[in-house]
Amino acid sequence: MSQAATERLSRLLAMVPFLSRRQGIPLAEAAAELGITERQLVKDLELLFVCGAPGHLPDDLIEAEWDDGHVYLNNVDPIARPLRLGVDEALALLVGLRALADVPGLHDRAALDRTLAKLEAAAGDAATVSTQVAVAVDGAGGRLAEVRAGLARRRRLRLTYFVPARDETTDREVDPMRVLMVDGRWYLEGWCHRAEDVRLFRLDRIEALTVLDVPADPPPAALRNLSEGLFQPSPQDTVVTLELTPAGAWVADYYPTEQVDVLPGGHLLVRLRVADDRWLRSLVLRLGGAARVRGPAGLAEAVATRARDALAPYVRT
Amino acid sequence: MSAQKTERLLNLVICLLSTRQFLLKDQIRAAVPQYAECPSDEAFDRMFERDKDELRDMGVPLRTGSNHAWFDDEVGYRVDRAAYALPDVRFEPDELAVLGLASRVWQQASLAAPASRALLKLRADGIEPDDENLVGIEPRVRTSEPAFDPVYAAVRDRRPIRFPYRTPGSSAVVLRHLEPWGIVSRHGRWYVVGHDRDRDATRVFRLSRVAGAVEPIGPPGEVQVPAGVDFRAAVAALAPLPHRGDSVLQARTGACHALRRRAVATRSADDGWDELVVPFADPELLAEEVAGLGPDVRVLAPDDVRDAVVRRLSAVLDCHPLPQGVR
Repeated sequence: MSQAATERLSRLLAMVPFLSRRQGIPLAEAAAELGITERQLVKDLELLFVCGAPGHLPDDLIEAEWDDGHVYLNNVDPIARPLRLGVDEALALLVGLRALADVPGLHDRAALDRTLAKLEAAAGDAATVSTQVAVAVDGAGGRLAEVRAGLARRRRLRLTYFVPARDETTDREVDPMRVLMVDGRWYLEGWCHRAEDVRLFRLDRIEALTVLDVPADPPPAALRNLSEGLFQPSPQDTVVTLELTPAGAWVADYYPTEQVDVLPGGHLLVRLRVADDRWLRSLVLRLGGAARVRGPAGLAEAVATRARDALAPYVRT
Repeated sequence: MSAQKTERLLNLVICLLSTRQFLLKDQIRAAVPQYAECPSDEAFDRMFERDKDELRDMGVPLRTGSNHAWFDDEVGYRVDRAAYALPDVRFEPDELAVLGLASRVWQQASLAAPASRALLKLRADGIEPDDENLVGIEPRVRTSEPAFDPVYAAVRDRRPIRFPYRTPGSSAVVLRHLEPWGIVSRHGRWYVVGHDRDRDATRVFRLSRVAGAVEPIGPPGEVQVPAGVDFRAAVAALAPLPHRGDSVLQARTGACHALRRRAVATRSADDGWDELVVPFADPELLAEEVAGLGPDVRVLAPDDVRDAVVRRLSAVLDCHPLPQGVR
């Protein structure tokens, strides 16, 4: 409870200087900038309205108005300047900036360096700890610069793209929408003309790329919310149960699972959703006995058949 | 209830920022309506003590002192205005755009709230960011490991910790004691680097292998971080092995794309097969990849890779039943 009170106070103390320099900002825009709902913003304004300097005569209180859908704040002098950055705040931005500095060709490097220098100075002592936290960003070879060129010029791309789960390479034309780094890997999100849908492409799996002289025209589709990760299970997916020996336990760390149970003897029983049986079959073969398919039975048999076929040439000679 | 407390703390901050004199406790009690309503002196004292601590934890520079050099028997309080306010710093529109991008790195992670609050503070001048030069390249980090929050707090506060840790390649869980120096995200995973008290050496731990509660075992400030440690390099050192040799493989035409991409030589062999020369570092890792491709690839050389593939595939066959009637 007390955490919530100070968390909210921190927001209010940051919000007052922001809003008081933007008198008349529409309520909806203010809420979006602050990252809260309009309802929450109104509650915050109602709270500010009853606070103020000692005396608590009407003249001493903060004046907050939002009746006409625009926000006005007055009589906020004592808290008109923001509270200096706390350690978490300074650290989050500094670590973020240093991660951006690793991104090749992101944008004007000079603006980034100026920003870092100013922020380090403004943060003072709070900046010290930030060197103990780092987000390493890989360059993804030269692909990032090529994709960036297509994005900046709003041009369609032709990709030769490798899908390991199906062990196949396909050619497709894609209208780029944005490039994301999620979980340490770079992805291009774009409208795929072959799938006629929004698709994600891992940059390190693009084998060849041409920027076409065709304007990119992705439909104004909502960008996906990736907060749950890139792999969004669908109801059509097969539910597979694997038993993992300790040597295969990394699988539970590595792939999104629905359930993990520890069996007597230290084996793990893992349930995961799989969009493509071929991917799972290949995973089990790779694991060489460290994973056993407990269900569905058809998949276990397919694994066995494939293992026997793969062994055949070695047995004959 | 929480709203009342926020209101009280806000009034207290405004009250202590508005005064140039140190305010005595009684004056504060009279000035902040929520204190005036306190039923007893004890209740007020307790509440005021807690509130002071919480403001200090938030970074509000609360000073104590006396207005009279000769009577220092009763302390008063005020907030140091110069130390309270963010130093005057002016960010240009393009710099604010970069800061916005930096704060979005944490959008789906535990530092999302501090990151966006910091951005608001830096935009308090009323200058708007200019996103014109950003082209939709957005690095993101996630903090899905439950151990992130407590380990991050320990690094920040320089506190030693202990935690149960699952050893790689085993399901054994061992209690480890660590002086954490730094925390690093690499390839989407978080690692903590520090001095391992059990091994008396520098060690790196993967947070996803922390198998239970992370507990502090010492006061804040106890951990001494040695100067000049490169945390990223320490984590990166967990990576690749040197090249060991070349393997000769036969791959079915139209399959095994990942191997073909790494092949240093390719020629067509029997009908429907190509022969590839693929360099490798670790025979077991290559065997793992080859086994995963099933009947689309065969190893001709070297023997250790070939044997490792046969061993893996036989182990798979041992624990999976063939369909009825098939042999």
